[in-house]
Amino acid sequence: MESSRPRIGPPAIPWSIRLSVCFICLFVLFALFGEFLSPYGFRETSMFDRLLPPGSPGYVLGTDARGRDVLVRLAVGAQITLIVAIAGTLIGAVIGSLLGIVAAARRGAVEHVIVAAIDVQASLPIIVVALFVLAMFDNSFTLFLLLVGLTGWEVYARLMRGATLSVKERGYVTAVRALGASPARIYLRHILPNIFNVALVQFTINLPLTVLLETALSFLGLGVQPPLTSLGQIMSEGRDRLLTAWWLTLFPGAVIFFLALSVSLCGDWIRDRLDPTLRSET
Amino acid sequence: MTAYILAKLFRAAATLLIAVSMVFVFIRFSGDPAAALAPPDAPQEVIDQYAEAMGLNKPLWQQYASYLAGLARGEFGYSIHTGRPALELFLERLPSTLRLGSAALLIALAAGIPLGSFAAINRGTRIDRFAMAFSVFAFAMPNFLFGLCVILGGALIFQVYFGGTDASVLPAALTLGLAAMGSFARFARSSLLETINAPFMRAAEARGVPYMRRLAFHAAPNAAIPLVTLIGLSLGALIAGSVVTEQVFGWPGVGQLLVRSVATRDIATVQFIVLAVACTMVLVNLLVDLLYLVIDPRIRSR
Repeated sequence: MESSRPRIGPPAIPWSIRLSVCFICLFVLFALFGEFLSPYGFRETSMFDRLLPPGSPGYVLGTDARGRDVLVRLAVGAQITLIVAIAGTLIGAVIGSLLGIVAAARRGAVEHVIVAAIDVQASLPIIVVALFVLAMFDNSFTLFLLLVGLTGWEVYARLMRGATLSVKERGYVTAVRALGASPARIYLRHILPNIFNVALVQFTINLPLTVLLETALSFLGLGVQPPLTSLGQIMSEGRDRLLTAWWLTLFPGAVIFFLALSVSLCGDWIRDRLDPTLRSET
Repeated sequence: MTAYILAKLFRAAATLLIAVSMVFVFIRFSGDPAAALAPPDAPQEVIDQYAEAMGLNKPLWQQYASYLAGLARGEFGYSIHTGRPALELFLERLPSTLRLGSAALLIALAAGIPLGSFAAINRGTRIDRFAMAFSVFAFAMPNFLFGLCVILGGALIFQVYFGGTDASVLPAALTLGLAAMGSFARFARSSLLETINAPFMRAAEARGVPYMRRLAFHAAPNAAIPLVTLIGLSLGALIAGSVVTEQVFGWPGVGQLLVRSVATRDIATVQFIVLAVACTMVLVNLLVDLLYLVIDPRIRSR
């Protein structure tokens, strides 16, 4: 039998991952080019075409309470959500990883300060911190991006500190140091490549969390502000018409859900591939 | 053991102090704190009195010291809207948030842990795959979307509006508990799998201990230890989730107060809620650490 022979080569990719990758690609394409699917602008209102259901002539996904085309708003919302998700996750990954590596490299007082900061962040849910800062300062897109970017920085910092501490005591690092390599060279060429996977795995866990934080804050009306829009903001505009105009909440909601679902499925899969010790059980 | 307890206590106190200090720094850099904390419509003299009392014209470290002293005396400022103390507003809404949160935690525990354990016992079967699919679903489902679906379902199927002040706690608690349910199931599964395959389980099997007895008296108590940590960790997610869930269901709790206060820049109220959340989280984590001493003898001997 063909199947009884041991398989050689990479393991088969499960269909759930294939579907997820397809959805993510479609989402990115939609975010990039979806605007061109509709002849309308995303801020273009029309008093005569208010609250048209999906499938109405000229409006594939219907219109909202101001007669704006839902399709083009979804596309622009997807764009903003995508930008905030990727930029935000990157900000958190870079800040957190740097702090973690610096803590492990410098030890002493620097490490104490960073570990204390990690403890404080761990005792305050990021949404509460974000709301606190938003109460103090004017909401701007940059500030919002930075706040979303803080999601999970403390996890990166903790993981990278641990990874750096364990790697930097290994024999090969001592050997390279004895050969006279500068600290910059040791960290960039010899330590970073060995701990990069840790950050990459955390990145895939964090990405859906960032999407959910952005949409939640925007849903509360405290995130992306009009005239800009995001998937969460479209939902919050539609929630008062849940029964009469379900398409205003359900379409963006479904996109958020499937995006978070596909990203976390792919993340789990990547984590299993990168870290064989996890593959067996959890 | 005393050293362990002292270290944990010290760490909790330090964390709390840093959180308070950061709140202080943010409020100082965000405009006029005297106007923010004084009663609304206060004439300029009163604001000046507040500035005087808060020592805004003194050096920063003295301001900091008097801020800490003020907090210790229970002076948390007044809400801009109602003119009432922030503490009073908070306490008024605390019971409904506690009701929602505890119901959500109970639902999550009651559904998540059996599901995860069942999946671990029937590893690799359809049940296992269902449980894991459910936990991924629960993680990816934004609670505002799930909440809206619950409300929509209630309206279409039962002709009832699930939101509002005098509604049942169940729909909102189910929405809030969903994410925690998924993570409890996942965690219970991996924790139980780990113990089922541990050497002491094989030893019990070799001694002829019956299957159910092995599961109930050998595997379950050991698998339950890490769950204590998980409950502590899930508290943050529950607090974060309640902010959104209360908003969706119009639940009159602290989360709703927080969102409303942020939208209207009610600094005193926001400050108090942030401090309260930090205190709760630090205390619960401390409690979890101390509880570990009781249930896991290995730490006691360290």
